[in-house]
Amino acid sequence: MASITLTVNGGARTIDVRDPDKPLLYAIRNDLGLKGAKYGCGLGQCGACTVLVDGEPVRSCAMPVSAFAGKKITTIEGLGSPEKPHKVQAAFIAEQAAQCGYCTNGMVMTGAALLEKNPKPTAAQVKDALAQNLCRCGTHERIVAAVVKAGGARG
Amino acid sequence: MNMHTSRRNFLKSTGALFIAIPFASELKAQGRIAAKTVDPAQVDAYLALNADGTATIYSGKVDLGTGLRAAFPQIAAEELGLPIDKIKLIEGDTLLTPDQGPTSGSNGIPKGGMQLRQAAATARQALIKLAAEKLGKPASELDAMNGEVRPKAGGAGISFASLVVDKGFELKLDAKAPVRDPKTHQIVGKHVPRPDIPAKATGRFVYMHDLEVPGMLHGRTIRPAMIGAELVSVDESSIASIPGAKVVRLKNFLGVVAPDEWDAVRAAKMLKAEWKGGGLPTDSTGLRDYVKAQKVSETEALDKAGDFATAYAAAPKKLSGEFYWPVQSHASMGPSCAIADVKDGEATIWCSSQGTHRYAKHFATMLDMPANKLRVHYLDGAGCYGMNGHEDAAADAAFMSKAVGKPVRVQWSREDEHALDPKGPAQVITQEAALSADGKIVAWHTTMRCPKPTANLPTIPLLAPVEADAKQAKGIATGSLSSGGKPPYDVPNLLVEVHWLEDTPLRPSHLRAPGKIGNCLAVETFMDELALAAGKDPVEFRLAYMSDPRGREAVERVAKLFNWDKRVEPRRNGKGRGIGYTQYKGDETYVAIAMEVDVSADGRIRVTRVAATHDCGQIISPDGVRSQVEGCILQTIGRTLFEEVKFDRKHVTSRDWASYQILTFPDVPEMKIELIDRPNEPPRGAGEAATAPVAAALANAVFDATGIRLRTVPFTAARMKSAMAESGVKFG
Repeated sequence: MASITLTVNGGARTIDVRDPDKPLLYAIRNDLGLKGAKYGCGLGQCGACTVLVDGEPVRSCAMPVSAFAGKKITTIEGLGSPEKPHKVQAAFIAEQAAQCGYCTNGMVMTGAALLEKNPKPTAAQVKDALAQNLCRCGTHERIVAAVVKAGGARG
Repeated sequence: MNMHTSRRNFLKSTGALFIAIPFASELKAQGRIAAKTVDPAQVDAYLALNADGTATIYSGKVDLGTGLRAAFPQIAAEELGLPIDKIKLIEGDTLLTPDQGPTSGSNGIPKGGMQLRQAAATARQALIKLAAEKLGKPASELDAMNGEVRPKAGGAGISFASLVVDKGFELKLDAKAPVRDPKTHQIVGKHVPRPDIPAKATGRFVYMHDLEVPGMLHGRTIRPAMIGAELVSVDESSIASIPGAKVVRLKNFLGVVAPDEWDAVRAAKMLKAEWKGGGLPTDSTGLRDYVKAQKVSETEALDKAGDFATAYAAAPKKLSGEFYWPVQSHASMGPSCAIADVKDGEATIWCSSQGTHRYAKHFATMLDMPANKLRVHYLDGAGCYGMNGHEDAAADAAFMSKAVGKPVRVQWSREDEHALDPKGPAQVITQEAALSADGKIVAWHTTMRCPKPTANLPTIPLLAPVEADAKQAKGIATGSLSSGGKPPYDVPNLLVEVHWLEDTPLRPSHLRAPGKIGNCLAVETFMDELALAAGKDPVEFRLAYMSDPRGREAVERVAKLFNWDKRVEPRRNGKGRGIGYTQYKGDETYVAIAMEVDVSADGRIRVTRVAATHDCGQIISPDGVRSQVEGCILQTIGRTLFEEVKFDRKHVTSRDWASYQILTFPDVPEMKIELIDRPNEPPRGAGEAATAPVAAALANAVFDATGIRLRTVPFTAARMKSAMAESGVKFG
């Protein structure tokens, strides 16, 4: 069986991969036990599975794990913790920007990637950046407010 | 450091999500839960005071992402006299929590919360009585606060923990136990942050989908391309290349299990099976005509006043219209997931069910085991907005676990979720009304055509027991589709009827505010048509027929909040405003919504601005209510503009987010919401009410913008464009 070394949240992890077409999401969740990224559609349509790869938001459900050898992967767990949240996570908590929260991973990761490129986005720019992320509960307004707030807090 | 990691070691090293929950019998043998009653009539069913000064509350109602996890502790802390951070909450565990009925119909707070309040009020009286004896003071001079019973006038108190710990209260809920005066509330009505959000925002929250139990296998079900087909044969050799993969077949139920999840996904795709028969009596294009042609099994008059027929016949001005609400999906973000461990005549099921208690009975029946041998635990799933596929996934897992003797986790695919979740059924609603010569409403007749829910059916029939030919109650469940057909106005001659149909093509279930959004669309669009015919502004016209002061206040305040511009004739320049009003279920929460839309030349409708007023009586958790109102409005804008489940004569064809579109960020309007708090009124639900007037306000705004009445949902750009072409409407 082939093994692949992934760099996840700053550490190298080697996992056995029987099927190189296995999507990255299954490796992260099941082989590495990092369950923050969620299976939503397996089609790259909803964004619940988003991780950052070399700083870019990527749909981990629709990309084979074999494509990620040597790339730097950041998951939501690597972004921050309840004790020491990333500013986007802190803003989601402050704005109470979740209902069921199943999509939150994708919103937080896409929001964090946006702030790296555009540190102080407007609400319209946030809506545009999140246009391909789906939320069914209708938490959109709070999510936009949280990302805008995280940008503003950067000072 | 590069280390070769086995999964279990990695889990150990990161302290990750490996949770073992023992069987009921093991817990009982350990004496840990022997004394816990779940009888809803007993105080101890709802709460226990602990030796460390905390209290544990037990709720049969669960938090579906709606904020009950904050609100229940608020209610208990307030009533007991305990700081809120001393409250622990256990939800939806059939072994530990009382059966308070499913968390549905916006009844979490009005029913579940009020039972908890009464239990806590009964407990407080008991604590005061016990303390009175110990302190040698009359009970009337004592109160419970901050975890102690103390003299109201000041002086030393006595802690709850020293009064009651070991044996509990052993008291029946006292319906007459006095509850605290709302004027004295310190916690109820205040903002309390939701306890789950820090973990959800940082990826640490353990959803149903994230749970692992030791030794579990991953299961996937395979369902036929023709709905209801029979399984003829299975070629087990087709998955021989996948290590550890096994087929589970029980008559027409077909599944695969494998130790690795991706292997299970692959095996389900690779497995060769032959099916025969099946199919649907119509496709989605023909559904409206199908519903209209269906045999009516019973016509029921739900509301009557005066004599509609006579008044209508005699009136000089008559209007009529037909409205259509399509089949819609719960369209949960996360496909349904559950774990079942069925062995040695016992079962444990982990599931995101809204009704753990009633489905525990259902699961026991289908597995042919006594109900007391089966335990269901609730864990958060993706939001469901009514019964989606959570329980189906649990039944799938249970049959597979029973077959292989190991715990099995099943997670549906996106295609499964869109195709198989039980659906909100189609409705056809007709309206007839008449005005007198001086423009007064004299007669109104609403007729609704919808499937009739089976009487006393406790649960929605699940897929797997049908396929496996296992025992389960038969019938259909829909929620009360016929509620909301009565106009919330003073009409002298009224007839509200429902034509009950025996069935509907796709398996129905409760979808948020069942029937009420379509019914409110019909009633409130029609109210606007009547206003125009009477030569009145829509807000002014409504107020002329409203006598309930709370309803009037909701409408008057929304007009002010929105800065409503009075107008009789539609503006017809592509921009418009509309209003919708409801009192949810006729006697619950009041909601008024005003909306502004922009209709472009290509037929695309954009909602640009929304104002809403919402009066649900006493507010427990203001931010919780606000977030539900926001969600109701945004989700329903999407349902109205985009959502329709498409199917052919074989099966559902809207199987992903491209073919079943929901609201996205660019479509989110500006929202202003005013919550009207009435601390002295009983609390009503907030989970659904604000959905009801959304489609109506939107349709009325489109009429103002274009002069066109949309009566068929969804209001897609294509539909709008063809309506504009038909009526020769052009802008710009």
